[in-house]
Amino acid sequence: MELRVRALESILSEKGYFDPAALDAIVQAYETRIGPHNGARVVAKAWSDPAFRQALLDDATKAVGTLGHVSRVGDHLVAVENTPDRHNMVVCTLCSCYPWEMLGLPPVWYKAAPYRSRAVKDPRGVLADFGVSLPKETEIRVWDSTAETRFLVLPMRPSGTEGWSEDQLADLVTRDSMIGTGLPKTPGAPS
Amino acid sequence: MDASAAARATSAVSSIPRDDDGPVFRAPWEAQAFAMALTLHERGVFTWPEWAAALADQIKRAQAAGDPDTGETYYLHWLATLEHLVAAKGVTTAETLNRYRNAWDHAADRTPHGKPIELTPADFE
Repeated sequence: MELRVRALESILSEKGYFDPAALDAIVQAYETRIGPHNGARVVAKAWSDPAFRQALLDDATKAVGTLGHVSRVGDHLVAVENTPDRHNMVVCTLCSCYPWEMLGLPPVWYKAAPYRSRAVKDPRGVLADFGVSLPKETEIRVWDSTAETRFLVLPMRPSGTEGWSEDQLADLVTRDSMIGTGLPKTPGAPS
Repeated sequence: MDASAAARATSAVSSIPRDDDGPVFRAPWEAQAFAMALTLHERGVFTWPEWAAALADQIKRAQAAGDPDTGETYYLHWLATLEHLVAAKGVTTAETLNRYRNAWDHAADRTPHGKPIELTPADFE
């Protein structure tokens, strides 16, 4: 299917019917409306269920597989957990392996070369650009997705969510928090 | 993007899968196919009533051929309609479409896993 779409797209853009960038912009407008967005559910479950959290950190591919998601999603998936001591952030060469089934579509900035190189050199600066400031003591670890391995950041559960259901928790999990360029929403904050 | 263009499309083509906030897609390629139709419509290649009729025909043909009609295949029909209409309107030909499809197929085959797939002239040979 993807190849048929690409064939049409390349013919039509060569003929000047549209600029591929303009097409991307339309698709981008739907970035949050594509795919099942399983990532938030996975994170919410890990927050609620210590056994699942452990299973996820041990073998994310297997753990996500037990939830009955599309098997392809879980291929070579590694979950990295944020703690007070360490914040994880993911960069990617944006191959076809981006786990959009879990995270939705990648944001435009994620594809940009400057993000990729700056994230490696100056992760704190990149985070600051996203409005995220972490304590100086917190180590920032940058993970580079490859064809073999994709990463899912397991953010820290926001405080004030004791006793929340998985559904309620899942609403707090943003895409950016699973890439590590953001934090989950906090209870009571405007969404 | 122009949200009103999308809103016009969804109101003119009542079958588009949606929720309260607008169209929803099962995969990125579906959104790409949607975006292409939106753009071609804006370029005046077809009107929405024309599109809706062609899509309905396509769905009828698919159902006659045993399509389960569960909604999961909606954008398959959408894509087939695009391919059909661009050929019918003389934008391109079925032959060119085939050639590009084969070229993309070739490019996908020779591209190592994890690298972006790009089309080169050699893929057409």
